[in-house]
Amino acid sequence: MRSFSYGRADSVQSAVKDIAGNQAAPDAANATVKLVAGGTNLLDLMKADVMRPVRLVDITRLPLKTIEETAEGGLRLGALMTNADTAYDERVQARYPMLSKAILAGASAQLRNMATNGGNLLQRTRCYYFYDTATPCNKREPGSGCGALHGVNRIHAILGVSEHCIAVHPSDMAVALAALDATVRVTGPGGERAIPIGEFHRLPGDTPHIDTTLRADEIITGIELPAQGFAAHSTYLKARDRASYAFALISAAVALELDGGTIREARLALGGVAHKPWRDRAAEAALAGQPATRDSFRAMADAVLRDAKGYEHNSFKIDLARSVILRAFEEAAGLEPS
Amino acid sequence: MPDTITDRVPHAPDTLAITLTVNGVERTLNLAPWTTLLDTLRLHLDLTGTKKGCDHGQCGACTVLVDGKRINSCLSLAVMQEGKEITTVEGLARGEQLHPMQEAFIEHDAFQCGYCTPGQICSAVGLLSEGKAKSADDVRELMSGNICRCGAYPNIVAAIEQVLGGDRR
Ligand SMILES: Cc1cc2nc3c(=O)[nH]c(=O)nc-3n(C[C@H](O)[C@H](O)[C@H](O)COP(=O)(O)OP(=O)(O)OC[C@H]3O[C@@H](n4cnc5c(N)ncnc54)[C@H](O)[C@@H]3O)c2cc1C
Ligand code: FES
Ligand code: FES
Repeated sequence: MRSFSYGRADSVQSAVKDIAGNQAAPDAANATVKLVAGGTNLLDLMKADVMRPVRLVDITRLPLKTIEETAEGGLRLGALMTNADTAYDERVQARYPMLSKAILAGASAQLRNMATNGGNLLQRTRCYYFYDTATPCNKREPGSGCGALHGVNRIHAILGVSEHCIAVHPSDMAVALAALDATVRVTGPGGERAIPIGEFHRLPGDTPHIDTTLRADEIITGIELPAQGFAAHSTYLKARDRASYAFALISAAVALELDGGTIREARLALGGVAHKPWRDRAAEAALAGQPATRDSFRAMADAVLRDAKGYEHNSFKIDLARSVILRAFEEAAGLEPS
Repeated sequence: MPDTITDRVPHAPDTLAITLTVNGVERTLNLAPWTTLLDTLRLHLDLTGTKKGCDHGQCGACTVLVDGKRINSCLSLAVMQEGKEITTVEGLARGEQLHPMQEAFIEHDAFQCGYCTPGQICSAVGLLSEGKAKSADDVRELMSGNICRCGAYPNIVAAIEQVLGGDRR
């Protein structure tokens, strides 16, 4: 690791002051003064020399470690609460089981004891070329090229790609949050603002080095879940290379609101397919009013994957996504797996 | 890109005084801020029971308990653990009396080369106090953060199940 200086924030205001000098950086990922929470992604990337902050501001002692009821009937998850404490919280388990399941499908018990809710959203891609400083990567080194495009691209994106980057966002938690329409609460020099989760992560376009819409001088304080948690009919399904402790090849957060055998509302967020958790609202809307049957769910999968495109090593992901979507909807609807 | 601490951070001190309680003993150390908890234990406190496998959170060999919770010490800075209670494999026994998890590992021959073992045992002690594992499948899932290159998994699971069973009784 390169050298850096270290400081500790004792309030959200002092943390914001500590990172005020970052404002010229295009987003939080590119800041030179970095907040550190669990450290499980940032320190890993600093050891790999991919991230080179000159100063770390330790925010682990900020009082953002609780879960609170919101006026709208939802929950607000503190940014510094650990992934483990969040997933095992009784309210989260009872009202948002899909979120609990998604968090517990990620990383390991040790890592979840360290990882925080804010840090989880800001973890960076696991693309091999992003990690390997000897290779080109437009996300790490803008303008250097994309090593994955014609390289080993087995784990890479099939939707929403650009010619500059085919990396995927690795978070499981963020996929469930996308299906739930959560809101990220942040504080910056100008005060607080709310970022809908769907606008928090972005597609690579021609600026793949920018991961999110979080500005470099802002801190995440919490994540708000709306009242509707789809507890009765929802699930998170993750397909990966081993049974546990591996990132998703494909994952799906699925939620249904059923009226007898008819779908009133359907939600699907996919992980492992794009630079952000993937929603297709038109396909979701088309499911409303349909019977909760395999045929409806197959049609949904076809619609969502209509524009999917594979590369040399990852075409299998399109078929895998189709199976994962179908299986997740079957599970959420209470149908036997086909 | 500036490369030394003084290039990169003018006027920064090279080290910080950090106090940790390690296996019940309070220790104050002068450490560079980039020293991981793992390197602190092994290189500065001569507690070499905790192992470095990958140094990237991918193997679990470095697992220790911080305030009773299992974490990967390779992905944490010592300075971030200021004031915390750290327990390593060296701190589990009470004098000559081994921790039940250590005894169960011996009884079940739950290792071959032994390199992953301190991490496995600390992780299993953490698992025990979390209280979430109810079945062998749960044990396998919740111990997945500890890789064993020798493949001693069946015996590791059996050892942990024995202690869990004792706990339930
Ligand atoms: C071996 C391994 C396997 C893993 N497997 C999975 C997996 O299967 N699924 C999965 O989803 N994840 C997985 N992870 C990733 C893990 O979930 C993340 O590393 C973790 O969630 C990051 O949280 P943290 O608190 O440790 O973040 P840190 O490393 O502390 O920070 C990450 C980033 O977030 C910023 N940050 C942190 N908190 C805030 C805040 N409040 N406001 C603004 N910025 C902030 C930091 O500046 C930094 O840029 C794995 C990690 C490892 C090492
Ligand atoms: S050395 Fe820490 S997880 Fe491998
Ligand atoms: S006993 Fe050799 S690695 Fe586990």
